[in-house]
Amino acid sequence: MTEGNPVQGQPAESKPAESTPPETKPAGGMPAEAKPAEMQPGEQAALAGRERLSEQVARTGMFGAETTGDTSGYGGLMVRRPPPLSSPRPYGSYFDDLADALGSSLDQAGLAFGDAIERVVSDRGELTFHVRREHLTTVAGRLRDDPALTFELCSGVSGVHYPADPGRELHAVYHLVSLTFNRRLRLEVSVPDSDPHIPTMVRVYPTCDWHERETWDFFGLIFDGHPALTRIEMPDDWKGHPQRKDYPLGGIPVEYRGATVPPPDERRAYE
Amino acid sequence: MTSGTEAETEGRVYNVGGQDWDDVVAAADQAGDRPGDERLIVNMGPQHPSTHGVLRLVLTLDAETVTELRPVIGYLHTGIEKNMEFRTWTQGVTFCTRMDYLAPLFNETAFCLATERLLGITDRIPERATVIRVLMMELNRISSHLMAIATFGLELGATTVLLNGLREREKVLDLFELITGLRMNHAYIRPGGVSQDLPSGAIEKIREFLAIMPALLGDMRKLLDANPIYLARTKGISFLDLTGCMTLGVTGPVLRSTGLPWDLRKSQPYCGYETYEFDVPVQDTCDAYGRYLVRMDEMEQSLAIIEQAIDRLAGSRPPGDRIMIADAKIGWPAQLALGPDGLGNSPDHIKHIMGQSMEALIHHFKLVTEGFRVPAGQVYAAIESPRGELGCHAVSDGGTRPYRVHFRDPSFANLQALPAMCEGGMVADVIAAVASTDPVMGGVDR
Repeated sequence: MTEGNPVQGQPAESKPAESTPPETKPAGGMPAEAKPAEMQPGEQAALAGRERLSEQVARTGMFGAETTGDTSGYGGLMVRRPPPLSSPRPYGSYFDDLADALGSSLDQAGLAFGDAIERVVSDRGELTFHVRREHLTTVAGRLRDDPALTFELCSGVSGVHYPADPGRELHAVYHLVSLTFNRRLRLEVSVPDSDPHIPTMVRVYPTCDWHERETWDFFGLIFDGHPALTRIEMPDDWKGHPQRKDYPLGGIPVEYRGATVPPPDERRAYE
Repeated sequence: MTSGTEAETEGRVYNVGGQDWDDVVAAADQAGDRPGDERLIVNMGPQHPSTHGVLRLVLTLDAETVTELRPVIGYLHTGIEKNMEFRTWTQGVTFCTRMDYLAPLFNETAFCLATERLLGITDRIPERATVIRVLMMELNRISSHLMAIATFGLELGATTVLLNGLREREKVLDLFELITGLRMNHAYIRPGGVSQDLPSGAIEKIREFLAIMPALLGDMRKLLDANPIYLARTKGISFLDLTGCMTLGVTGPVLRSTGLPWDLRKSQPYCGYETYEFDVPVQDTCDAYGRYLVRMDEMEQSLAIIEQAIDRLAGSRPPGDRIMIADAKIGWPAQLALGPDGLGNSPDHIKHIMGQSMEALIHHFKLVTEGFRVPAGQVYAAIESPRGELGCHAVSDGGTRPYRVHFRDPSFANLQALPAMCEGGMVADVIAAVASTDPVMGGVDR
């Protein structure tokens, strides 16, 4: 948690926003609903194509493969970066009630909603709170205990690695369920690769124990305060964190009784 | 039996080779390096017939009482989530179907629902495809529960239960083979619909199955419901109440055996489950016996859902009723047919793309090689698998392949509750606890 992080994170967040009008939908969305009804399907598709082409290119090639690592035979793909989403009010559905309830609950804890929650995204009928990591356990504690919120069940942690987003490369995504109100909510925390620390959720949701171990194992996210943050899927002496984008697929030589099978990209090719 | 000390472990290590328990006890009785310490640490698994695959349990025993249980997993990790990032969204189905190998159609459905929500086409999935999905999932629920109860019986020493259970499960697998061509790892449910329509004769076969199944389930109940040995081994065993379930993230039959009717098919319906009539069975015993009863009742409810589903499928087909979304940019173009040399593309489809429509050829080529693009964003689609909440967190960056797919497998979360169920109990009850949780290690380790 260095002081430089928010500053580091800012350019990545604001850069695409300058080049893209804020009302533009994310890349290649389903623009048919948003467009006037009199437009022909062909025109809609063409418009969607133009919208997609106007976005800046995030990376070229397939998963870093510069030559022919792409097995589909289609190597010319360009992935365009979506504009950062931050939904304005109203969020729709029960999401506004939920945000208000969390806001007043955080007020009681002496924390402003805007201080704890970076931004709110309401997309495809799902609500995401992007939480600042220092306030994660406070927010989760209020979400669990406040009678107006009561998110009793946590469905675990999922890590995501965005190497193209400097200052916020590693994300931890928590999915919560409220059985009382039959609601779902997603919490997302982002941290830089250089400082991959997130406070543990085990004290609020003990089910996160294994999920956090898995996220550490696969992404190298360190959950501070976890009772035993050890590898869970990979062997104890494994090097590296396999689900990160900079970790190759299957690049491990396999040894069996002295003979070694090279990784796939170094094997003999019949051309 | 051999014994000795190793630098990495505390105390003396005994290597047990079978039929030498007296030697172990005699050796343990001798004054060791820790006088007065009668603690025995036993490794159960990873290769053990009652651990449902490769699960390792490190048990600390005080005589026959378990004082500490540590589950160790990861022996079946195959990197499915990583592999899916290198294949198209449609190919992803082929990977995720192999996770929880007793409930492959649930894995496929969870992934496809997530993909479809990312694409924004949830409302455009053809009705027939949705009904077929429900039909297949409920058949799969029956086969999965049958396997759970059959192995439960075997692990407690009842071989008849195993044989009956596997025999009944075979009938479901025969239906799967008829409809999808495979008994497991189907890759049948695809983003946009399903890969094949029901073949001719499938409806009749399912009706035959529905006619005989209630009696067969009744036989199973006769074997177990009031069997004194079974009751003694399961009643009051591996207790976990509602608070424990919530705290540890346990869902599925284990949660419903605590009296809470939480079933995503009812509470957050998907695939049109709100249009089917069925009950959510619950028990309030919080023990292994309650979980068995919940599974039995659920199979009976599944039969009712299957009956409603095939009634809808057997009726007259409205024009334009299809099994794959009517969107040339998304729907899988290839149509398979049974040729003289096995399955292949149907002659009609080849004639269409090679001789009639340039566009169809382009779509076929682009979709099969490159795949469709999915708008950037993230979704979480959760369904009720036989073991609890199966969630799929899918992230797209706008490309033709998933940026990240994570599966919240119910077995993974449920296994965490094992220490809470077993510690303080007898070592023999660990077997009942594992069996009543019904973990599938393919899903746990992915």
